[in-house]
Formats: sequence, structure tokens, C-alpha cells
Amino acid sequence: MSPARFPPIALWGKSLPFRVVVLSLVASVVILLATGLFLMDQSSRGIIAGKTQAAVAEASAVVQAMQSDLNTTDPRTTSINERITRLAREAANRGRVGSQYYVVVETPVSQIGTTELSPDSVPASIREAVGTTDGLLSTPTLISFTDGRPDQPGIVVAATLTAPVAQRYPVFFLFSTAQEQQTLQIVQQATLATGFFLLVGLSLTVYLIARQVLRPVRAARLAAERMAAGHLDARMDVVGTEDLASLATSMNHMATELDRKLTQLQDLSLVQQRFVSDVSHELRTPLTTIRMAADVLHANREDFDAPTARSAELLAAELDRFEDMLTDLLEISRFDAGAAELSLDEVDLTQLVSAELAAVEPLAAEFGAVVTLDAPRPCRAEADPRRIRRIVRNLITNAIEHSEGRPIAVHVRSAPDAVAVAVRDHGVGLDDEQAQYVFDRFWRADPARGRRVGGTGLGLSIALEDAHLHGGTLEVWGQPGGGAQFVLTVPRRAGTAPVSRPWPLEPADREVTGAIAR
Amino acid sequence: MGEANGVPRVLVVDDDEALSEMLDIVLRSEGFQARLCHTGEAALEVFREYRPDLVLLDLMLPGRDGVDVCRDIRSESGVPVVMLTAKSDTSDVVHGLEAGADDYIAKPFKNQELIARIRTRLRRHVPFGDSDEDVLRIGDITIRVDEHTVRRGDTEIQLTPLEFDLLLALARNPRQAFSREVLLSQVWGYRHASDTRLVNVHVQRLRSKVERDPERPEIVVTVRGVGYRAGEPRPVT
Repeated sequence: MSPARFPPIALWGKSLPFRVVVLSLVASVVILLATGLFLMDQSSRGIIAGKTQAAVAEASAVVQAMQSDLNTTDPRTTSINERITRLAREAANRGRVGSQYYVVVETPVSQIGTTELSPDSVPASIREAVGTTDGLLSTPTLISFTDGRPDQPGIVVAATLTAPVAQRYPVFFLFSTAQEQQTLQIVQQATLATGFFLLVGLSLTVYLIARQVLRPVRAARLAAERMAAGHLDARMDVVGTEDLASLATSMNHMATELDRKLTQLQDLSLVQQRFVSDVSHELRTPLTTIRMAADVLHANREDFDAPTARSAELLAAELDRFEDMLTDLLEISRFDAGAAELSLDEVDLTQLVSAELAAVEPLAAEFGAVVTLDAPRPCRAEADPRRIRRIVRNLITNAIEHSEGRPIAVHVRSAPDAVAVAVRDHGVGLDDEQAQYVFDRFWRADPARGRRVGGTGLGLSIALEDAHLHGGTLEVWGQPGGGAQFVLTVPRRAGTAPVSRPWPLEPADREVTGAIAR
Repeated sequence: MGEANGVPRVLVVDDDEALSEMLDIVLRSEGFQARLCHTGEAALEVFREYRPDLVLLDLMLPGRDGVDVCRDIRSESGVPVVMLTAKSDTSDVVHGLEAGADDYIAKPFKNQELIARIRTRLRRHVPFGDSDEDVLRIGDITIRVDEHTVRRGDTEIQLTPLEFDLLLALARNPRQAFSREVLLSQVWGYRHASDTRLVNVHVQRLRSKVERDPERPEIVVTVRGVGYRAGEPRPVT
């Protein structure tokens, strides 16, 4: 779960804390942006409005002073223009003290006022508007200079002076707002910095909280995973209150119960296993003595009278059957107890099958069946040779027994992930219903038919168990009168599941379809 | 030894008296001498006194079991030991083989099968290969066939007869890779493929005696997917 190893998209799906952090981060950014913009807007409005108010008040005072001066001027003794010029100069000088404002007075011939001011500083709109009203007008502007100083943001306040001869002179006061802009900038920076720190702090806090909240959930997940992996001793720490604590308690309770049940089952299985093993030993020792005694009698049967000699023969023959049955029964109970284990080795199936074919040659000859082998060489797989040999022997013996003397074909095939052995006969065959029961214990296709090959009735059941133990399958296809085909498929590497089918279940030479898979 | 006067001696260690008696009858009728011993505790004592040519040993004995007895015998003798097992479970058989048993026969068995097993083990069954020289070299060890000795330099390595036969079978065809089945037939005398665990366990035992580093064998080399072959001859280092 290391973030470094996964792209964020993958992390989104996998990490709940990551999602929580990202979502809260996005929400915080939106909220901070909105409040920041609002704050900036409000403060800039307030500051500029205050400045404008102060500027208008200042300008109004100056204009009043100028107007009253002008009113006392006698146009017959003094030139109005001169007067206006003087007043404008005085105002400009007053404004220059502390760089409060700049003044421009417009006369029909020229503009008088602060000399270094560029005439463009007064916007045309206010120039036109000033003539229409007696009150004061104000508007923001950019103050530019003729002496090379940089432009400054500012406010222009416009007023009108009325001369005694009823001539109107527009007066413009330009107040620099550079100071206020600077203040605003500082406020803006402070807002941004605060926003950034808030964001980082919030993310960290949210992450820590998410972790804190999710820790029990994560602990539950880890505990569940450990249990699933077979460590039933895994327990959760019961911490916190209510839901989380009861989750931990329930999980622990479940684990304890599972553990107890499993131990119980394992104990039962162990008892069963030991019983099977004990029965095996206890039965086999006297059976060995009986077997040896029977062999001695059988070897000397020529010295006995006819009935005793025949008895010795029957004793020896039936002991074979008894032994086979005991072996198969013990094998089946080992499967039932779950005590059967694979003893894996590298097996060449082709070699194994041909060895088995050689071993059943006398039986095939007895039934008049010709068994042919079709196999690549070699065909290797990781398997338990004893069990595979037993399956193959069972299938071939079974085929010979039901072959009616017709040919039998054995195919060995391999795929990258699986190997298969198929045994195809053309004997009596079996129908769909029979195919369902063919692997059942002690099942006979035809109860009236005697067993000729000393079969125990457990051979195919054991073969099926052996195939399953390998993680493979044993399937049958059959057709009344059309013969049968058994296909054993086992994985090439033990523990993997075969997906391919090296040999098809239904033979290519079938007459009508009809398959039952087990 | 008993075989010197023509009658091989077999020590039977089995707690089942009926089976022991039956084994005695069969062994005698096949021309062997037999001595019976019913407990694991007494087995070593009887073994020392009787000096048998072969031991038939039940794996499951009350008290000191067959695996322990086998280990006791192996600690002082290489005499062939054939286990009688009622179980063919992997672990029991492998434990017995690891304790040093040469072969095993699962109960119940046929008389001919038992006698064949015993005869094979007594007969020093060594096949002839490409060379029938008296001195063979394999890795950095020397096998003197006539002397029945194996040496690395001047140091003699003690092997049981079975281990010697196994090594000899490989050394006689130094370039051939032997499958476990072939070794089973050449060294153990099994005509049909049988339990290849016999080969695996005995190769391990042999390696622990002849290899400098059994983890990285140079004398008995594994041929993946096939079996084993003899290591290339090279001078003693």
C-alpha cells in the first residue's frame, strides 16, 4: 500500500485515508477561495471608499476656499485669469505638502496646476461630466507624470469654480492611492499565506483523523486476512468504544469459534487416521501369517488329496482378493480421513504408461484385446508416480475387462499446463445413467455379470480420488455398444489448476454424442 | 559368518509370535538358518551374538521400535536390513530407510516375494557395465572392486554393501544417466518399477558419506528429470 509504488488513480481506489484527504482538500480549497475573494473584495472596497470620502472632503474644503476667494475678487480691478492661476498655484502648493493631491484647473486657454502632472491623468469622461453639475464628482484613475516618475493609481475628484462673471472653471484634484494599494497587497498576501497554512494544516489533521478512525477497520482487515491465511490465532485488540470495540470482539469471537471447531475436526481426523493406521497394522500381521501358511499349503498341494488340494488353491486365490479389498478399503478410508498425501516426483507419463501396459499384457491376451499406445516421448509432469500408476492400471484393467475382445487405444498427451491419459475401448460401453454411477463405490454396471479380474469395486473410486488429490480430473464418456473413454487430466505442476484439455473427452470416432462428465 | 558354511543366517525381529514362527518355517524350508527375537530391546544383543547375514525387522515393535533397532545395527554393521512394514505410509517407510534399512517389504507378502527380496540382498547384486576394471574413479574418490573399498586419497570411506553396490552401478557406466527405475532394477533387483523413494533415500545416505558437501554433490550428481549419474573423475585436492 505504499503510495510511492502506486499511481494516484490506483491509490484512490485502494486507500480510504487517501480519498478522505483528497476530498477534504478539494472542499477546503473551494471554501478558502470563496472566503479569500470575499475578504479581498470587502477590504478593497472599504479602503478605497474611505480614501474617496477623505479625498472628496479635502477637495470640497479646498474648492470652497478657492470659491470664496474668487467671490471676493473684483473683476474690474483684477484679471480673473490671473486670479484663477494664482489660486490654482496655491492649491497645488498646498497639495504638494505631504504629496496629498495634485490640482488641475482648466481655463479656456490652458491648464494650470501641478506642473509635472500629465494632462492624460484626468479621464475624458469626468471632464465631460463636470460641466453638467455643481456638486463634486469622483472616479478612479491612473496618475501619470511628465517628469518620468512611475504612474500611480489614484482618485480624481472634480469640482467647478464659478467666476463673478459667471464663467465656470473645472477644477480636478488627483489623490494618489498608492499607499492604499500597498496595504491591499499586504492584506492579499496575508490572506494567501493564511489560506496555504490552513490547507496544509487541515490536510494533515484530516489524514491523522482518518488514520485514527480507520485503524480499527484496518486492524480488522489484517486480522481477517491472517485468519484466511490459516493463522487462526490472529486476534484484534479491543480498543475504543461501541461499534469498533464490538467489531473487534465479534471478530475475535468468530476466530476463537473457528479455531475450536477446526481443532475439533483435526483431532477427529487424527483419531480416524490413527485408527486406520492401527487397523492396518493389526489386520495385516495375522493376515501375513495366514498368507504365508496358505502359500506353504499351496506350494505343497500336490501331496494332498484332491479336495484338500483344491481347498488350498481356493484359500490362496481368495486371500489375494481379500488382500486387494483390504488395501483398497484402507486407501479409501485414508482419503475419507483427509490423510492421503501426494509424494511428488518428476514422472515420465509415457514411460509409466508403457510399463503398465507391459504389466497387463497377460490379462489383455487372456481377453483377446489388443492394447495400443499413442504417446509422445517423453511426457513429463510433477506427480505422485504410485498414484498415477494406480489410476492407469485401474483404467486399463477396466477397459480390458469390458473390451469384448475389441481393440483398446491408450493416448498420452501434454499441454503447457496439463497432461492427459485417455483409455478408449470399443466394448459394451455405458449409457448416461451408468456413467453417473461408474465412480461410485462397489457399483456394478451389470449386477448379473461376475467380476473376473478380481476387482474390488473400489478401483475407479480410488482412481477418482487420486486424480482429485493431484488437482486433476477423471472423466468418462460412454455409449451403449459404442464403447467408453476415460480421460485423466492432471496439472503439469502440482498445485496449479489445469485449464486446458490435452485430450478431448468425447472420442473423435464416436457414433452419436452423449457424454457425462464427473 | 554363517554364509561361510553355505547356510545363510537370518535374524527375524518381530513381536508377533505366530508370524515369527511362520517366517521361521518358510526360511528353513528355503534353506536358511533363522533366529527369532521378539523385542526391540534384546535385538542388538542377539544380533551381536548370532552375527546374521541379513536382518528381517518389523518396523512396529513395542518398546524400542524398528527404526531405533535399525539405527543401532547400522552403528556397528553394514549387514543388509529388510524392514517388514504393515504401513506403506510415506513417513514410516522413509523413517525406516533413513535409519539405514536397505529395503522394505509390505505386509502381507507372498513367500516367493519375501525369499526373492532376501536372496537379492544376500547375492551382492552388482551389474557389469562398460568397464569391469578393478579400480574405478568417480569424482575424487577411488573404488577398488576386488577389495570392496572406497577411498578418498588415503582415507577409507565405510559404506554398507548396498551403498557400495549403488556407487559401483553408477561408476561402471560413468557417462550414463540412470533413472531411478533402472537403479531399482540393477541394485535392488526389482523387475517392475516400484517405490522410487528407496533410491532417493539411499542416494541421500550415500551422499552424506562420500560427498565433501552433500548440498553440492560432485560424486553422485542429480540429472534433472532423469535421475543420477557418476561425477567426472578428477584428482584429489
